[in-house]
Amino acid sequence: MFKRIAFTVNGKAYNFEVDVRESLLDVLRNHLGFTGAKQGCSVGECGACSVLIDGTPYDTCIYLAVWADGKEIRTIEGVAAKNGELSDVQKAFVEEGAVQCGFCTPGLVLTTTAMAESGKEFTQDEVKRELSGHLCRCTGYQNILKAAEKSLEGHVCTCVDSPHYKG
Amino acid sequence: MAYTVVGQSVSRVDAVAKVTGKAKYTDDFSERDMLIGKVLHSPYAHAIVKSIDVSKAKALPGVEAVLTYKDLPEIRYATAMPGVIEAIATDEVSVAELKYGTAGHPFSLDSSHRDKEDRHILTQKARFVGDNIAAVVATDALIAAKALKLIEVEYEVLEALTSTEAALKEGAPLIHDDCERNILASGGYEIGNIEEAFKDSDHVIEGEYETSIVQHCHLENQVSHAYVDSDRRIVIMTSTQIPHIVRRIVAQSLGISWGRVRVIKPYVGGGFGNKQDVTIEPLNAAMSLAVGGRPVKLELSREEAMIDTRTRHAFKFKIKTGINQDGKINGIHISAVSNTGAYASHGHSIASSGGGKFRYLYPTKALKYDPITVYTNLPVAGAMRGYGTPQIFFAFESHIEDIAKKLNMDPIEIRKKNLVEVGFVEPLSKNKIMSCAIRECIDKGRELIKWDAKKALYKKQSGDKRRGLGMACFSYASGTYPVALELAGVRIVMNQDGSVQLQLGATEIGQGSDTVFAQMVAEILGLPMYMVHVISTQDTDITPFDTGSYASRQTYVTGMAVEKAALEIKQKVLGFCHSMTDTPAHLLDLKDQWIVFKESGEKVQALEVVAMQSYYDRVHAQPITSDVSNNARINAIPFGVTFAEVEVDIKTGKIKILEIYNVHDSGKIVNPLLAEGQVHGGVSMAIGYALSEQLLFDEATGKPLNNNLLDYKLPTIMDTPKIGAAFVEKEDPTGPFGVKSLGEPPIVSPAPAIRNAVLDATNVAFNRIPMTPQRVFEKLKEAGTI
Repeated sequence: MFKRIAFTVNGKAYNFEVDVRESLLDVLRNHLGFTGAKQGCSVGECGACSVLIDGTPYDTCIYLAVWADGKEIRTIEGVAAKNGELSDVQKAFVEEGAVQCGFCTPGLVLTTTAMAESGKEFTQDEVKRELSGHLCRCTGYQNILKAAEKSLEGHVCTCVDSPHYKG
Repeated sequence: MAYTVVGQSVSRVDAVAKVTGKAKYTDDFSERDMLIGKVLHSPYAHAIVKSIDVSKAKALPGVEAVLTYKDLPEIRYATAMPGVIEAIATDEVSVAELKYGTAGHPFSLDSSHRDKEDRHILTQKARFVGDNIAAVVATDALIAAKALKLIEVEYEVLEALTSTEAALKEGAPLIHDDCERNILASGGYEIGNIEEAFKDSDHVIEGEYETSIVQHCHLENQVSHAYVDSDRRIVIMTSTQIPHIVRRIVAQSLGISWGRVRVIKPYVGGGFGNKQDVTIEPLNAAMSLAVGGRPVKLELSREEAMIDTRTRHAFKFKIKTGINQDGKINGIHISAVSNTGAYASHGHSIASSGGGKFRYLYPTKALKYDPITVYTNLPVAGAMRGYGTPQIFFAFESHIEDIAKKLNMDPIEIRKKNLVEVGFVEPLSKNKIMSCAIRECIDKGRELIKWDAKKALYKKQSGDKRRGLGMACFSYASGTYPVALELAGVRIVMNQDGSVQLQLGATEIGQGSDTVFAQMVAEILGLPMYMVHVISTQDTDITPFDTGSYASRQTYVTGMAVEKAALEIKQKVLGFCHSMTDTPAHLLDLKDQWIVFKESGEKVQALEVVAMQSYYDRVHAQPITSDVSNNARINAIPFGVTFAEVEVDIKTGKIKILEIYNVHDSGKIVNPLLAEGQVHGGVSMAIGYALSEQLLFDEATGKPLNNNLLDYKLPTIMDTPKIGAAFVEKEDPTGPFGVKSLGEPPIVSPAPAIRNAVLDATNVAFNRIPMTPQRVFEKLKEAGTI
């Protein structure tokens, strides 16, 4: 069964029919060529397939394509500026050595981007919690955390009496 | 020595590609009308296929081919491939001859040194739950999955041997007919006379230690696609650490000549040794041959990859050590039983290699190692980061801690008393220790964790949460010499602007090798990093021969070839400049894209001018290139130590790591940022090994219980403490720029250090990992602590 859906990816509008059984990951990768979203587990455990849907990170392997009807989608391909200049989050990941094999990187960059653009304040524990849906086997998360904190500079709260602090 | 690029934390050469999603991995490439392949796995751990009926599966619309063991090797004669028949079917090859070994080792001309050949692409006898019985090629994944369900198989179920004890017991069925008592191989070594050493000792102390089966869990599962090209050769793109070896093994598995296979390796999403093995590629090639050479993709799901690729060997050790009152060890006798699962893969090499790398740390008068490697009906164990060393060092570094405790000796002092010195020639390998900073590493770690102050503080604890400190040391190697060939190939081409392409047979799988090689070239040629273009993709038709990424060999072994190739370029540039300027080449040097006088630094000629002349001079034009191989017949031994501080929650059995530091002697560090990244990753993998990770199986049936990322407890960012990485840089005279290996070493010593810290905190010795809360709780209860 097919259903017509319309959504935008990185600002560009799409309107086409999808098999109702297809995941958003299938559609993004196989039909539209957004291969930056990776498949690591297919069941929402690893986070490699994350994209931002209306600004919120989702695992697209367990998100049906038909649910994306009417949504604004942002993939890793839409994070850098059109002239190729890296975003602050991408720069932080490069500079802090947060990238190794790179398979988890797009998802982590997107979740960090969502945090940075939210304008919210986070404690370090909250940053970790936000990123905990992304598995990485290469880095031990050390430099990923540094990159995320650098991306959120001024928005990571370390003071014990902060309302965000849950210790 | 002072360097300008080597030793700097430059960004990875592939970082921008990876943060923008432009880096392409195997599954990001596709061929038009690509078919999908899927595998029918055995539901039984040990069974014989009595009959198999594929007619219903074949009749399903969209199914293009169904394969069983009966179709292989006949698949080579596939009638759907006119032209190929005469090209590849030159000799009659029997099924038995098409057994192949999967381990990613260099081929050996000495047949006695080759890996055990015990595998067919598809099997009539299932040897583990997940074994490959049949395969389907269909137009899409859903049809392929449906077709698998239509294959009717009748099995004769045999006893499942799910432990080494079961496999070794009298009268146990044989998993492979040619291996008595299910022993794949045995045999270690004896140096000196162990019995005499024990007689000469004041104390002889024994211990038993056990490690579990864990899995690599690289984020990218095994995936490949294969097709037959217009020149009638099989082309396979795959996520591998060893493209040149994949080429050979695919050819062997199909009984065709090696040159008929071409393997392409794009970016790889992690390997950790699992992709130093040939897993899906032979079947993928067979699938394409079965459909007339059309492109077929074979991608494993996470659940498949966790049981049907490779795992880490579980070991059981018995150790006996003879030691004098002053702490000097006279002799060590280690017996080990290694569980290799259903097929040999790297097999006994794991036990041998672990025992080999152990020999460098504490030279003793007598050392005896008796390992046996046993087949069981569990998933196949193979190479995984550390290759046998995390197991043996967990055992021995726990054991030496137990000895120190028993003899009331300081755990650091007892180790220092027995550590190796520079100049030691290991009697069996003849490898000589040319540099060694293990003592400095220990001193640094001790200081970082504030060992002495905390040790005093944590004496006599009695509360619900108890803290403790532990440490453990290791030795490793840089590559496999003298066990195996250590050949590396590198090609450099200089462009018209003086920039270069660097092409390597060595593979980048995330560890950062492309970047450190580029740094070496930039250093030698006086170029900025952006003028060294690394060709990251390996293609066996184009790429120089190198055996690939394993054994922590590349920075050391391939680094030698990189240095050689870059020096040749330099010599040619200076020679060309000599011919242009009449300035003798030996007076010249390269710096900041200029040819300069070596002594004064005075500029002679811009590099770009020389490069342009090399291309377009009407008389002397000869573009500057180098294409070298290096056969490294030497090894450098890296060392290191872990210091850990834990807090054990007595009531719940939960172990929290408060602080952990790894201090490494890996010679010169080419890129500190990337080196720290290697340490972080290795330590976090080791924390999982020590505390949470274990592949579980039903004991009666061998069915996997947690082959997914939810039930298999891989550390998340929430579980991972802050990890300290430090280096003591002593340049090794044998390595390029003084390097020694670093890729695998970080995983070797954290598990025993954590275990020793738990012992310090609780006074209870945990001799089996992982130390999950349940096991800790039960053992503390048994010990009367709770």
